[in-house]
Amino acid sequence: MKTDIILSGVGGQGILSIAAAIGMAALEDNLFLKQAEVHGMSQRGGAVQSHLRISDTEVASDLIPKGKADLILSVEPMESLRYLPWLNPSGWLVSNTEAFINIDNYPDKEEIYSEIRKIKNHILIDADRIAVEAGSARSSNMAILGAASSLIPISHEKFHSGIRKIFERKGEDMVKLNLMVFDAGRKAASDYLSR
Amino acid sequence: MQKYLFLGDEAIAQAAIDAGMSGIYAYPGTPSTEITEYVQNSKEAAEKGIHSEWSANEKTAMESALGMSYAGKRSMVCMKHVGLNVAADPFMNAAITGINGGMIVTVADDPSMHSSQNEQDSRYYGKFALIPVLEPSNQQEAYDLVHYGFELSEKFKTPVMLRITTRLSHSRSGVESREKRKQNPLALPVDLSQFILLPSLARERYKILLRSQSDFEAESDSSGNNKYIPGKNRKTGIIACGLAYNYYLENKISNHLDYPLLKINQYPLPRKLIEKIASETDELLILEEGYPLVEESLKGFFNSPYKVKGRLDGSLPRDGELNPNLIAKALGIKEADFPAVPELVSARPPAFCKGCSHSDVYLALNEALAQYGKGRVFSDIGCYTLGALAPYNAINSCVDMGASITMAKGAADAGLLPAVAVIGDSTFTHSGMTGLLDAVLEETSITVIISDNSTTGMTGGQKSSATGRLRQICEGLGVEKDHIRFLNPLRKYHLENIGIINEELLHQGVSVIIAERECIQTAGKRHRNLSGLKQK
Ligand SMILES: Cc1ncc(C[n+]2csc(CCOP(=O)(O)OP(=O)(O)O)c2C)c(N)n1
Repeated sequence: MKTDIILSGVGGQGILSIAAAIGMAALEDNLFLKQAEVHGMSQRGGAVQSHLRISDTEVASDLIPKGKADLILSVEPMESLRYLPWLNPSGWLVSNTEAFINIDNYPDKEEIYSEIRKIKNHILIDADRIAVEAGSARSSNMAILGAASSLIPISHEKFHSGIRKIFERKGEDMVKLNLMVFDAGRKAASDYLSR
Repeated sequence: MQKYLFLGDEAIAQAAIDAGMSGIYAYPGTPSTEITEYVQNSKEAAEKGIHSEWSANEKTAMESALGMSYAGKRSMVCMKHVGLNVAADPFMNAAITGINGGMIVTVADDPSMHSSQNEQDSRYYGKFALIPVLEPSNQQEAYDLVHYGFELSEKFKTPVMLRITTRLSHSRSGVESREKRKQNPLALPVDLSQFILLPSLARERYKILLRSQSDFEAESDSSGNNKYIPGKNRKTGIIACGLAYNYYLENKISNHLDYPLLKINQYPLPRKLIEKIASETDELLILEEGYPLVEESLKGFFNSPYKVKGRLDGSLPRDGELNPNLIAKALGIKEADFPAVPELVSARPPAFCKGCSHSDVYLALNEALAQYGKGRVFSDIGCYTLGALAPYNAINSCVDMGASITMAKGAADAGLLPAVAVIGDSTFTHSGMTGLLDAVLEETSITVIISDNSTTGMTGGQKSSATGRLRQICEGLGVEKDHIRFLNPLRKYHLENIGIINEELLHQGVSVIIAERECIQTAGKRHRNLSGLKQK
């Protein structure tokens, strides 16, 4: 078993906590893991991505080769398209619909969605709305993770205990909120696929 | 023994703690920053009294680490690649003095310049200084090589360089720790003149260093860090250094390759192992992250028609970081076409955070300078360098830390008036103060704006040595009190701020304008922490 995931978004959107949650869950499952993060300059509102590789055998390269990613998981719709060269032909693209617009030439949103819909295996959800409805606007990244979670070979419980570990020091309320958003994201994805 | 999920940087930090290091010295710099931050946040390090405060710059850090080594204790100094330029003087000379307590110089290179102004390869510095260099391929090796590095350092009484690159620094994986070792006791060098580099003594010390070279090479052949892995396909021998090994392995597994392989994690190059792989194969392909150091050495090694491929003959690109696809191509593996990035995807460069004080400084400066025309703003390295981008287009230089003030001085000397320097607070105490002294001594007409956000912002908000001290420092260096001005970079003071800048642009002599407003990232963090405390 091997799953290669590209996480994408804009610096400051919290893709590192998604990576940490998956990483924790993978460790709970005793899987091998390599995760290349982006720190530094581009964290100032630039395009950021993280390569996350989970496997039941040792992982060689820290970077996913082009054409090999099983999943692109994006908290921002335009950013999800930036990494298409990495997606394998049967891979999945899961993205938030909420655009993060900090540049003048941001393309038309509908055109972005239609590019995403061209990909056979895709899921589009409004993670920001899900997070706000659950009462935690800052947790949209957990909604996106929830939406993609059924595509990652880690059990629902292990995801829950991974998320718990990450938010533990911020108190039980934060843990509960994030778990709730995660589950709502998971449901939104299955609704999207059976639409 | 414990299992961790570590960034490469964190693995190095925990290893140093476990190996009995007594102090880490550093100035922040991507991708090396997290090493020192890990020690700063480690309870264990605090309990053991391990020094971990930031230094003013890489040179002061290197010298402090050498001083700790003089006193018999194990020390580490960390920096990004360009930091070693700043610390090059003590670095080169520490190779001559040698060490007392073990000393590791950890340098993080940034091929592809993710967060840097160049992609220089620190292995050349190691070679230049004639000291051993260790280059791990993964997080576990990073951990293990720190233990080994301290032993090697003490065995041969030499500083040892640990060279990593961005992808290892910032990639996370499982690491298993080893038994912990006690710190060294305080102990003076046996020879109390060891560290006195008077020419007569230095010549002796240099001969000792030269004599050690064959020992270093023998150690590279025998330590087990450089591994020869036999293979049946003798058409090509692969020499894979550090991280490049992982990319080769990726291709080896998915394409069932079976070339003889020499994995390099320690320099100087292991002569015997290289002769072995060279004699067994028709050609060598060199995979190395950074400059073609090994490739160049081997071309010199075999003054013969022997074929060496790598970055110099075009098998791999001459610049930029490696990845699995580039190595597949160099190995002649055909890959299917990859989907293209849709045309509508536009670039998203980094930018000022919303509400950043630097942006208000540039808006005011641009207006004040409008009457003089473009091309007279020398800037420096930090978040404020983003003033180079639209819509500000406010600066004309960014070269190395501190160069804003000194380049403005040189331009003013040449007759470009007014000449303006824009520098951050941390950069100012890193390397700006000495240049300001030059200008004060000559009464050069420059206007220096210190854009003081009270933190080292670009690298993630570390404590700045300048905070609360800028006025005294400028006064102490001799800037006239009347020409040390303060402004509050907020939209509502925009006109007032333009006025202050305009007045100082007219001043004949040195002016310093301190534009002070806290970084909104660190301010936000502080507020969140405070409200968190209140809730508890
Ligand atoms: C010699 C050297 N050391 C370290 C760095 C890494 N570095 C780049 S910007 C920066 C921070 C500068 O802080 P400051 O001047 O306060 O500006 P800010 O980012 O806060 O605006 C650092 C440490 C570098 N580029 N060169």
